[in-house]
Amino acid sequence: MSTLYALLFYFATIMLVVGLGLRIAKYARTPAPLKIPTMPAPTTRSGVFWRMSREVLVFESLFKSNKWIWVFGYMFHVGLALVLLRHFRYFIEPIWFWVNWVQPFGIYASFALLIGLLGLLVRRIVVERIRYISSPSDYLMLLLLIGIALSGMNMKFLAPTDIVAVKVFFLGLLRLQINELPTSASLLVHLGLVATLMIIFPISKLLHGPGIFFSPTRYQVDNSREKRHLAPWAAELEK
Amino acid sequence: MAILDMDGEDGPKFIPDPLKIPKLACDSMADSAPYPAYPEHNMKLGFPGELLDNWQEVAIAKIGDLASKNRAFQVYLDACVKCGACTDKCHYFLGSGDPKNMPVARQDLLRSVYRRYYTFAGKYFPWLVGARDLTREVLDEWYSYYHQCSQCRRCSVFCPYGIDTAEISMAAREIMDTVGIGQKYCNEIIGKALEIGNNLGLQEKALRATLEDLEEDIEDETGVSVRIPVDEKGADILLITPSADFFAEPHIDGLIGYAKVFHQAGVSWTVSSYASEAANFGLFIGSYENMRDLALRIRRAAEDLGVKRIVFGECGHAWRVAYSFLNTLAGPFDFLDQNYPIPQHILEFTWDQIERGNLKFDKTKNDHLRLTYHDSCNVARGSRMGDKPGGQFEIPRNVIKAVCNNYFEMDRDTTKESTLCCGGGGGLLTDDLMDIRVKGASPRMTALQQVTQDHGVTHMAAICAICKTQFAKVMPKFGYERDSILSVHQLVSNAILLDGQITDDAPVPELEMANEEGTS
Ligand code: SF4
Ligand code: SF4
Repeated sequence: MSTLYALLFYFATIMLVVGLGLRIAKYARTPAPLKIPTMPAPTTRSGVFWRMSREVLVFESLFKSNKWIWVFGYMFHVGLALVLLRHFRYFIEPIWFWVNWVQPFGIYASFALLIGLLGLLVRRIVVERIRYISSPSDYLMLLLLIGIALSGMNMKFLAPTDIVAVKVFFLGLLRLQINELPTSASLLVHLGLVATLMIIFPISKLLHGPGIFFSPTRYQVDNSREKRHLAPWAAELEK
Repeated sequence: MAILDMDGEDGPKFIPDPLKIPKLACDSMADSAPYPAYPEHNMKLGFPGELLDNWQEVAIAKIGDLASKNRAFQVYLDACVKCGACTDKCHYFLGSGDPKNMPVARQDLLRSVYRRYYTFAGKYFPWLVGARDLTREVLDEWYSYYHQCSQCRRCSVFCPYGIDTAEISMAAREIMDTVGIGQKYCNEIIGKALEIGNNLGLQEKALRATLEDLEEDIEDETGVSVRIPVDEKGADILLITPSADFFAEPHIDGLIGYAKVFHQAGVSWTVSSYASEAANFGLFIGSYENMRDLALRIRRAAEDLGVKRIVFGECGHAWRVAYSFLNTLAGPFDFLDQNYPIPQHILEFTWDQIERGNLKFDKTKNDHLRLTYHDSCNVARGSRMGDKPGGQFEIPRNVIKAVCNNYFEMDRDTTKESTLCCGGGGGLLTDDLMDIRVKGASPRMTALQQVTQDHGVTHMAAICAICKTQFAKVMPKFGYERDSILSVHQLVSNAILLDGQITDDAPVPELEMANEEGTS
């Protein structure tokens, strides 16, 4: 079992890193032929940095758009961020001070994360318009995340696993050794689902993560009168 | 849902909500589709005349080609999470209730095909991710619903990733053109503009005659000889304006306004018979090449006439193409005077003159109007005026307030960056799409009815040829006269005092009445 999970995680990590790397490279390589920032847009790079920060940190456009989706989406993402930070302690020794510092928040965050996910799921089922645009994968993705959250919380609050052994397993993986992984059901489910998530990340809508940084309507500077913008393939037309 | 308005002038009352979300009416607009282009229209633009035999193959390849040439297209196909935030943002959805007019659903018409042929999940588990084969039915659906999008970009304001359905829509039209399915209205017009120089097919002779008549009209009205020069070499300013300004109401009154402003500012200017069109429908069909060919006419005209500056008249998408793309498509403009914005909007010009104190107005000349202002979508979300973000909202309002006394704003959720399209943009301004045009206009019309109820607003000003034509046509269906839509420069023209203008010594009765009503 330990070997199986070890291989699964190596595979998942490679899929995640390579898949995401290729995708990001593709986005970076693809030229944007025209200036299409959604106006009003910042006229400087630092202004764009500020616009992007607001989008990424507080989901500004979503907030303007729909308060319910914002509330649930924000709870989920912030919860997830804190929980992920908390998980650093399984991969590093000695533990960085700030990882210790987020530990207590990470626990509450798991509830926020779960409530956020459930809220999004309920809306997806109940709101006619959102049900209309949903395909099976949209529900499955939420269920996958809910499964990860529930199995993780089960280990934390109801049926604790030998987390010291878990840590030994993951530290081992980082050093290319396979150590014994505890065989608690919650743990195996949790890790299995996480690996699944990592594998599908680069081939699914989870690409919205890197995608936002390559969205011309958001990252472009409004300076088209001052500075000529020309894509390489468009420059060819001028020859 | 109606909103209870506590601040209405006649006490609290229920008013309709312009953004009210309709019940879903599945496929109710499936039959709306524009006339297809004739083979000669398509071929003039470099597209196949008729549907190719191997169209599927060609279309699928074109998706990949566009994805590799346009970052927005590639990223937007991948990044949507189906959060639903955009679902209630499109005026065509609000007006029709057809769920395929929800921005994300409109994107999905193409995304489903992209997924089928270009993604792992779509190739092996199509049912899981809603991927589907490209069939004739799908192509027809594209033709129908991608011509129910005015590319107004309202959805992109509200999407957490800035996904711009206009980009998808333009790509879809380009793909359809590439396989030989063009839209008659757009393609025929582009052909005319490429051949003759303007969308109307107005020849130089006719243009000169019209403008001469107009000069006479102005002289009759004001006693001042205001010129509208054509092809005048060595003029300082080349005016590029939508050809509708040359002959249609209320556009033409706007043109008279520009002429008076130029006259009073004491600058020399000219229009060009070679580039007698600001509109650039190449944008609507997503064709960089056609858009570029049209833009290059403007460059050539500027070079031939030896002008120092280029100023654009009132037109929404034309200003987007001018402001955001002209430098890309036809630049660099190093032969023009670098002390002025290249290109400049007529409102930037007029506002600058007002700020310098070069123009004098009698605001009471507009007192018979109670006005609001419709932000044109392409100006609001696709361009700027002045040197600060948001100048495209402030400058037109500043000018209106400088020439009118009675001005009122519509619901803030329907103005500025959240403005609603008129319903006729993006190549939809054709009679064969009248049904969707009226439905698309209805949210804006409801917002207008609100200010009519609350403030007695009688007229709406706009700075877009498409908005003006669309509203003149659809307003009667919403209880307004067709001349309730005005050019901003028409207001300027009404109020401006030209040096040496004949003034009426006796006070005009209208004027007195207006004074009694007071101002706001
Ligand atoms: S708001 Fe953006 S991400 Fe959400 S459904 Fe619409 S297009 Fe997709
Ligand atoms: S661009 Fe405008 S018309 Fe097109 S889907 Fe978005 S909101 Fe609707």
